[in-house]
Amino acid sequence: MAIYLTKESKVLVQGMTGGEGMKHTRRMLAAGTDVVGGVNPRKAGRSVDFDDRAVPVFGSVRAGIDATGADVTVVFVPPAFSKAAVMEAADAGIGLAVVITEGIPVHDSVVFHAYAQRHGTRVIGPNCPGLISPGQSNAGIIPADITKPGRVGLVSKSGTLTYQLMYELRDTGFSTCVGIGGDPVVGTTHIDCLTAFEADPDTELIVLIGEIGGDAEERAAAYIKESVSKPVVAYIAGFTAPEGRTMGHAGAIVSGTSGTARAKKSALEAVGVQVGNTPTETARLVLERLAETSR
Amino acid sequence: MDLYEYQARELFEEYGILVPRAEVADSAKRARASAERLGGRVVVKAQVKAGGRGKAGGVKFARDPAAVELTARQILGMDIKGHTVREVMLAQPVDIDAEFYVSYVLDRSQGRFLAIASAEGGMDIEEVAATRPEAVLRTAIDPFEGVSREKAAEIAAAAGLPEAAADTLTALWNVLIREDAQLVEVNPLVRTAQGQILALDGKVTLDDNARFRQTRWGAQGPAHDPETDGLEAAAAAKGLNYVKLDGEVGVIGNGAGLVMSTLDVVAGCGARPANFLDIGGGASAQIMADGLSVILSDPSVTAVFVNVFGGITACDAVAHGIVRALESVRLTKPLVVRLDGNNAARGRAILDERGHPLVEQATTMDGAARRAAELAHAA
Repeated sequence: MAIYLTKESKVLVQGMTGGEGMKHTRRMLAAGTDVVGGVNPRKAGRSVDFDDRAVPVFGSVRAGIDATGADVTVVFVPPAFSKAAVMEAADAGIGLAVVITEGIPVHDSVVFHAYAQRHGTRVIGPNCPGLISPGQSNAGIIPADITKPGRVGLVSKSGTLTYQLMYELRDTGFSTCVGIGGDPVVGTTHIDCLTAFEADPDTELIVLIGEIGGDAEERAAAYIKESVSKPVVAYIAGFTAPEGRTMGHAGAIVSGTSGTARAKKSALEAVGVQVGNTPTETARLVLERLAETSR
Repeated sequence: MDLYEYQARELFEEYGILVPRAEVADSAKRARASAERLGGRVVVKAQVKAGGRGKAGGVKFARDPAAVELTARQILGMDIKGHTVREVMLAQPVDIDAEFYVSYVLDRSQGRFLAIASAEGGMDIEEVAATRPEAVLRTAIDPFEGVSREKAAEIAAAAGLPEAAADTLTALWNVLIREDAQLVEVNPLVRTAQGQILALDGKVTLDDNARFRQTRWGAQGPAHDPETDGLEAAAAAKGLNYVKLDGEVGVIGNGAGLVMSTLDVVAGCGARPANFLDIGGGASAQIMADGLSVILSDPSVTAVFVNVFGGITACDAVAHGIVRALESVRLTKPLVVRLDGNNAARGRAILDERGHPLVEQATTMDGAARRAAELAHAA
């Protein structure tokens, strides 16, 4: 079944006609995603050919939904226009907005996050690689060809670490991998994904990847203790990051004692989650847990 | 990006928040001249982007220009938590009747800003928050409503601040929104013996993502930042996402998470990473050459570890980038490359074919880190 995204999902791409939008729409189609349209008010009525498929361009998200029944949008529009794009999608009643765009001012994220909540739209991102349910659908920029369908669910702040774990566990496979993004404000949290994976009959084990900054992993640990019965294996990056310095992700900043990798690891281990010291060790722990549960 | 205290003070003043009269100086002589203009008696304050300046001896009162010169000489050049003091701010002293605390900070878990206010401001606000959380008022701000005069009055009253502090709260909200700040803090906000409400010290963190619409600081932020490290300045000029660290293994990788993980794995092998450098997609020879040249110019680096996972960008493209970069950069230290993911075999073959004597390959991240640590220690 997977979470948030299945082969039934009908996907719009806001910013499809831009460079990144074109490149990744082609990749999404190749991964089996049902991309039903692009959105660009200046190119409405035209269509774009991707190999053997012509994808129509709509003038608005509303028009795209009316014509196709789309329930997911992937947002590639530049940072200055992302807030308006997400609010437009929420206004049109889309169920899921996956915001890939990097570099959105945090005040804009705060506004569209609150706006989407009021309209019942789930936002994933911003500054995220999106999500993939291998063999079914891919919404975003995660490479689809490095893994296969399976029974592990993965939630991560980081893109390349997600890919690394997907690849390490390529023979095991995944139900869904969600890159929630590393910005200080994200629409979908580790806890949201844990809840969805716990309820998903096709997910047997959950991998949680975190990194320094904020207290999302600590809160996830408390949630796991109360509400998650499936095995969880975790990896945390940023043990050697210096205090008070930002390292790429706007969210990955340590100040003071809270938010350190050590604090996150301790919080997770305290509730029985195994935490790998390296991505490779984390993959090994996953295989061990799966072997135990299938015995 | 954090502002210096004097920059925050100027912003506050512009938004109508009362602040003490002050000047900035980068030498003891200039500090003395400033003190003379400010009436002789001043507080000399180290300008560094670190907390705990007072406890470190970086904030001192001086009663006349001669004393100011002496004090400034002591403070300039001082090291506070790894930051060298290059400037001091000279501020007119204030008769303090009471100290308060106000700030707006991002609550990541709720995705909105919080107003934080306390009637017990001063140096130990963290301790107050930890030991008596009831003395610190936290109010979530609705992003569509912001902080009106009424809302500010409500917060001030509930926190036990004087009524006039509501003006500070509204002005501070305007700073947060209009300047695209992620944090604005006044600590302490004081009531003077004369009954004025004054921002005595402040901290402002601007959102780097908003630079495209914030022209005040220019595209690269404040042009004048004497604290920036030489290597970091060189990397920034090339548009690289680079942070200098203390170790000997130079690190290049793609994606912030993977690079952070690489630093940890290097540390786990008993070596210390010399830097963080995320080259993103990373296929271009230019960015690889730029990254290598910055890392190789770091005298503490004795080995370099390039850790790339080929996802969207395939490994053969990355390998071509490395080979072309080696045409323009003279490699002086051993380089361990780990390519994995899409087209890893082709990528590895390209590097093998180039056959540079200082380039080695490893197939796993852990193995490559161990090798880089060995080479770094052998050097």
